[in-house]
Amino acid sequence: MSERSERTGGAAAQPHRREGASGRVLRFRFDGREYEGLEGDTLASALLANGVRAVASSIRLGRPRGVYAAGSEEPNALVQIEEPFPEPMLQATTVELYDGLVATGLPGQGRLADRPDPARYDAVHAHCDVLVVGAGPAGIAAAGVAARAGARVILADERPEPGGSLLGTAETLDGRPGREWAAEEVAALAALPEVRVLRRTTVLGHYDDNHVIAVERRTNHLGAAAPADVARERVWRIRAGRVVLATGGHERFVAFAGNDLPGVMLAGAARTYANHYRVLPGRRAVVFTTNDSAYAAALDLADAGVEIAAIADVRQAPGEAWAARCAERGLEVLTGHVVTAAKGEGEVSSVEVASREGGQAREIPADLLLVSGGWTPVVHLFSQAGGTLRYDEELGAFTPGETRQAVEAAGFARGVRTLRACLEDGAEAGRRALAAAGFAVPAGPAVPSGTAVPSAGEEPAAAPAEHLWLVEAPGDGGDYGTHFVDLQRDVTVGEVLRAVGAGLTSVEHVKRYTTAGTAHDQGKTSGLLTGGVVAHALGVDVAELGTTTFRAPYTPVSFAALAGRDRGPLHDPVRVTAMHEWHVARGALFENVGQWKRPWYYPRRGEGPGEDPGEDMEAAVLRECRAAREDVAAMDASTLGKIDVVGPDAAVLLDRLYTNMMSTLKVGSIRYGVMCRPDGMVFDDGTVIRLADDRFLVTTTTGNAAAVLDWMEEWLQTEWPDLRVCCTSVTEQWATVALVGPRSREVLARLAPGLAVDNDSFPFMTWRDAEVAGIEARVCRISFSGELAYEINVSSWSGLALWEAVMASGEVTPYGTETMHVLRAEKGFPIVGQDTDGTVTPQDLGMEWIVSKKKADFVGKRSFARADTSRPDRKHLVGLLPEDPGVLLPEGAHLVETSALPEPPVPTLGFVTSSYRSAALGRTFALALVSGGRERVGERLYAPVGADLVPVTVTSHVLYDPEGARRDG
Amino acid sequence: MADSVAASVAASMAERRSPAAAFAARFEAASAGGGLRLAEIPFLTQINLRVDPKSPAAERIGTAIGVPLPVEPGTAAGGGDLEVLWLGPDEWLVVGPDGAAPGLVERLTEAADGEHVSVVDVSAQRTTLVVAGDRARDVLAHGCALDLHPRVFGPGRVAQTMLARAGVVLVAGADGFRLLVRSSFAAYVAEWLLDASVEYVAGG
Amino acid sequence: MLLIACPWCGPRDEAEFHYGGQAHVAYPEDPAALSDEEWARYLFFRDNPEGLFAERWSHTAGCRRWFNAVRDTATNEIHAVYRAGEPRPVIA
Ligand SMILES: [Zn+2]
Repeated sequence: MSERSERTGGAAAQPHRREGASGRVLRFRFDGREYEGLEGDTLASALLANGVRAVASSIRLGRPRGVYAAGSEEPNALVQIEEPFPEPMLQATTVELYDGLVATGLPGQGRLADRPDPARYDAVHAHCDVLVVGAGPAGIAAAGVAARAGARVILADERPEPGGSLLGTAETLDGRPGREWAAEEVAALAALPEVRVLRRTTVLGHYDDNHVIAVERRTNHLGAAAPADVARERVWRIRAGRVVLATGGHERFVAFAGNDLPGVMLAGAARTYANHYRVLPGRRAVVFTTNDSAYAAALDLADAGVEIAAIADVRQAPGEAWAARCAERGLEVLTGHVVTAAKGEGEVSSVEVASREGGQAREIPADLLLVSGGWTPVVHLFSQAGGTLRYDEELGAFTPGETRQAVEAAGFARGVRTLRACLEDGAEAGRRALAAAGFAVPAGPAVPSGTAVPSAGEEPAAAPAEHLWLVEAPGDGGDYGTHFVDLQRDVTVGEVLRAVGAGLTSVEHVKRYTTAGTAHDQGKTSGLLTGGVVAHALGVDVAELGTTTFRAPYTPVSFAALAGRDRGPLHDPVRVTAMHEWHVARGALFENVGQWKRPWYYPRRGEGPGEDPGEDMEAAVLRECRAAREDVAAMDASTLGKIDVVGPDAAVLLDRLYTNMMSTLKVGSIRYGVMCRPDGMVFDDGTVIRLADDRFLVTTTTGNAAAVLDWMEEWLQTEWPDLRVCCTSVTEQWATVALVGPRSREVLARLAPGLAVDNDSFPFMTWRDAEVAGIEARVCRISFSGELAYEINVSSWSGLALWEAVMASGEVTPYGTETMHVLRAEKGFPIVGQDTDGTVTPQDLGMEWIVSKKKADFVGKRSFARADTSRPDRKHLVGLLPEDPGVLLPEGAHLVETSALPEPPVPTLGFVTSSYRSAALGRTFALALVSGGRERVGERLYAPVGADLVPVTVTSHVLYDPEGARRDG
Repeated sequence: MADSVAASVAASMAERRSPAAAFAARFEAASAGGGLRLAEIPFLTQINLRVDPKSPAAERIGTAIGVPLPVEPGTAAGGGDLEVLWLGPDEWLVVGPDGAAPGLVERLTEAADGEHVSVVDVSAQRTTLVVAGDRARDVLAHGCALDLHPRVFGPGRVAQTMLARAGVVLVAGADGFRLLVRSSFAAYVAEWLLDASVEYVAGG
Repeated sequence: MLLIACPWCGPRDEAEFHYGGQAHVAYPEDPAALSDEEWARYLFFRDNPEGLFAERWSHTAGCRRWFNAVRDTATNEIHAVYRAGEPRPVIA
């Protein structure tokens, strides 16, 4: 399958493919044309193999752009995958080629898919003693030392195969090609029980306490062949004892005229294409460098068959060994020279080279210009982790400084230059990590191959680099309009100079002014260059200027990956009661109350095909309300929060937390109560049941169950640890059915033959233990509707059985939260969180009666004496009757005094908090918070609704049965 | 008379429905491959106990139920058919077999002998889900931030923590993990577990 | 995501905790004896230092205990955790 002989198109199909390349042939389409590539290609290498030079166009200027780099630092070659599933803004250099890939080049901006992504995504938590980021020479060495001593190690690398910088070079380790050494070494590590090797995994963010986020691309490279049940991408949330950042470096370029033309490429990238992908990115090349590293690239490319027309070295003295090798090979080295311009129509066809001393520029025909402006250690994660950076004069770049976290950089990431030194540095980092994790540290520096640091060939002594950021362009008139510093953002030297000219002297400000470094490549190749140009313009040192802040994510991450499985039905927990299945079967519509799904209303279903559409919400709610007021109805009230409060000081605690007195409550009785925050604002309400002298059951609103329990614990633990009270949540221990209406007593009597239900035996605001429908139950006579009503509590295991028993005779109408809201609003009972918003006191609600005058103190009491809480213009809860009884006010509508709106700002008197149609009142009504509302009863106000001002009359908030005649049935 | 009591108990037992009952078939299907076992253990007795660990009552309670209350945070202690899970410095969950609640409440209350102790039957507050098998840790790691490595969270360890977005009591046993899940969250956690298991179940 | 050491449960993810604001702000002995100004100070005024700050946390998803921590608000580093009622430790 994987033989070169399978290549159908022959060499002509991939004209830039080197001889001897092997691998399965893959077919793909780019910008509408069919191509072939080889297994192991990236989209970028396959395009280069086919001679495709312009891959994308730039976002602002629309200039053609080609492949610039060979990894995740690529600024130019942005593509969109169209098939098998659309994915925008990918770098062609990181897209692994697969059969059937269809992609297009982007004009700097992609398009989101217009259909849901069918792939699975997930996340996983992981823990390790040592996390090593980067499986290059230093990373493999660090992981090897730590793993072989028994530490739990995670080794993550963004590429499909380990080796890092070894992949692009022809270097040998232990006499083997570096790539082979890396593969074997990592395979051996992966076989250890406590080691996890994560390939295709990019570490995106390094947060507090060594919390590190990585994304693993698991099936992206399989295209349509990806198995549907395997998560396509996985987010790793890693908590590491110690982190070793062996992240290597990025090559940077130099600002000269036309440095963005297709055919201009980082020298190291070209070397990787030639060595690793066996692709020649051009035929005839000029090399432009500030340092020795480009010589290795030039020699490797020459070996591969690229004609090296000239090497322009900004220095007078390149490394002697390199110069000698070039001389041997007959490569022309122009010392003290710069490239002043890359020229060509749509791509490089010639390169203009000039001596730095001046004189006539020389134009050299070439289709490839390799640039090396030096190498920048990848310090992103170190900086994200809170580490400082310091300028390395010799490197011309920032390297890791101090850090509070258990993290260190190793290898080139901290500026270590040679392969041998990087291997040793990685091993040292591994030893330090081991020691920090409490493991015995093997003696070092051990060099025997296979166990610690492998032997590497000696490298020529390096000559110092010269740090050149910008090549002046004499013919340019100082415009610098094609001297790019940020290729992805299309930012030129000209713009940076204008920013400096406008008075900006900090790189952070220049970044924001020009947008340099803000594209989705995060300025990996351009960040330092921008700083260099700013420093040059200001005449200061790069070191002095500093660098911009590095922020996560290191590379772009899809929202799908971040969402993981937390979408659709698993987006947020859906809490259901024991009766939920019944509600679903009965066709209830549901309302979200916090995380709970509560039946909203139960529309009567249409009968017969097409003739009877069934009930709408209005009809269903009016019917449910009538049943509750005139007959008998039931609601699932299981979601109310319930807390067992136990202990000799239970009554003391409740007296301190509720505004009213709870200690005087008799065993067997129930009292309604309100809790306030210390600022006097209503926090929650509910009933308190006294089960015994030292035992109460407190109910809370559905949404506040956890908050009230936390509130009690907070006071008990932090302020009143001397109180002997314990609070335990029993919210889901009990299922609750509210049985409501004038006939509820009759229904209860039938269900609970052993319970005396007459008013004297079982009066309002008392509770009884009884057997209801054969189930042990606690029945409470409380009412949230003003009608005769009971709440029947049973073990939630029996909740469904109780509900079914209540419904069995068919005479009880099930009702939902909407009806419950109408019924309580007709009675003027507020709902915390709907009619209150954290700025409302009990007095504002017209509930002066719930605030004890006898208690010396309770939470909130002192605030009722503040000037602010007694202002006459405070908003009071009042009723509103629209003058047209058919008009339903929208909740949230504001209220004004005048029948015509004055010029803005319009003074508002308050707003509608609840609004319903009432079966009992035969009209619409609303509750509202209105400034000085109680003094306005009888007044006419106006609610702006759309273009209209709806006249309403202010009334008492109690609109139905104000004398309370109905609660005893 | 005794017969009719037994009959009525049996009748009311028959009416009980556990929070994850609807998932039994899907749990079984997910467990068929062998790498993973998902199941609900319904109707276990669970008593929330709060008592000062240094009080004589705490000691008496340990003696009365035959299991000294574990005072090391995050641990469980077992004896007979009871297991006591540490929930907090003065809080435990006493877990026993179905039907043991009334007797256990009585024993605990008697052992307190008037000292301040909170004994609350919370058997129906949470249900118990089993996540066992070779892939149990992998499945849980998708939603649990704790380090579940056997050296860190081996048998006898207990934690109140989050699984995905639900609070759980996580108990490590010799035969896998148990999750004590609030009844209202049981369906969510069950769906979540089934979804998290997809990769480990497919292909058996 | 901070790793916060609950004094009972040990280190857990920050997501398991609720923040409770400044520590050592006691509920006044006798609120009625305070002037409006003094009461408002208790209700509404808290320190906001750059640097070490003693603050309250509750391990809501775990043991539900409240405790105190000394955190450096500039670096997020937690220098000490201690149980409610214990004095604030001196950080060198
Ligand atoms: Zn804790």
